[in-house]
Amino acid sequence: MSTIQPVVGELEPHPDVALVAQVRAGDVSAYDTLVRKYERQIFRIAQHITQNREDAEDVMQDAFLKAYEKLEQFQGNSKFYTWLVRIAVNESLMRLRKRRTGKMVSIDEDVETEEGSVPRDLADWAPDPEQNYTQSELHTILEKTIKGLPPGFKVVFELRDVQGLSTEDTAEALGLSIPAVKSRLLRARLQLRERLSRYFRRKKGVEK
Amino acid sequence: MTCTEFLALLDDLIDNEVGVETRAQLHTHLQGCSHCEVTLSTTRKTIEIYRSHELYDLPAGLRERLHAAIMERCKKGC
Repeated sequence: MSTIQPVVGELEPHPDVALVAQVRAGDVSAYDTLVRKYERQIFRIAQHITQNREDAEDVMQDAFLKAYEKLEQFQGNSKFYTWLVRIAVNESLMRLRKRRTGKMVSIDEDVETEEGSVPRDLADWAPDPEQNYTQSELHTILEKTIKGLPPGFKVVFELRDVQGLSTEDTAEALGLSIPAVKSRLLRARLQLRERLSRYFRRKKGVEK
Repeated sequence: MTCTEFLALLDDLIDNEVGVETRAQLHTHLQGCSHCEVTLSTTRKTIEIYRSHELYDLPAGLRERLHAAIMERCKKGC
């Protein structure tokens, strides 16, 4: 019979809990640590939603400031990062609405896109297809490809696949149900795949 | 298993969230279906490429501006 091992991690508090407590006790440098830890991720989320560098910069600044000001309202039962993401998403949507002169923009609308979720381009890709492009070309392709997706798809893909959050944490951060996160993730993955196929599919008789 | 059934479980397969029995069924389907095999491998590659590529760099000076703004806010009472 195997020995019962203590479950590491489950009982230990998340490192952010101690940092948040330090900030609440008046240690601003602990907040700097939280900023450094999450600034890139928050900036990327803001950039995905607003599609505008200046707006994303403003959103990042406003989100961290707002979180700092509202830290007393932060409930320890949710993770600091998911709480921060929620603030950043709301700030991003507000920016987007302003830019689109009040047009309703939401993360939770279930957008039916033309591409749907049935793979159509079934050609295999070249081995290591990204190596056929320069870094700058690849950057342009990846940016152009993800830009066309609805905001809700992009953010779910970013949180789940790029940042590695769980489905549950993504749902909590975005205020979506778990089935909604799953459905958006599948469609985001398949649509990105479909669009990238145009660039990465194996070309007959061509080395590239 | 049909291609539609395979597709419905694609995410669970990629995220390693399928049981032993379902995994075996998925692999049996893959062996006889090149379309689903391509869909799986290229979807995995899509995720890998986006994960390994920093799409939006943090603008220079943004962290410093944010720090200054937080310190300014702090003067009003932390």
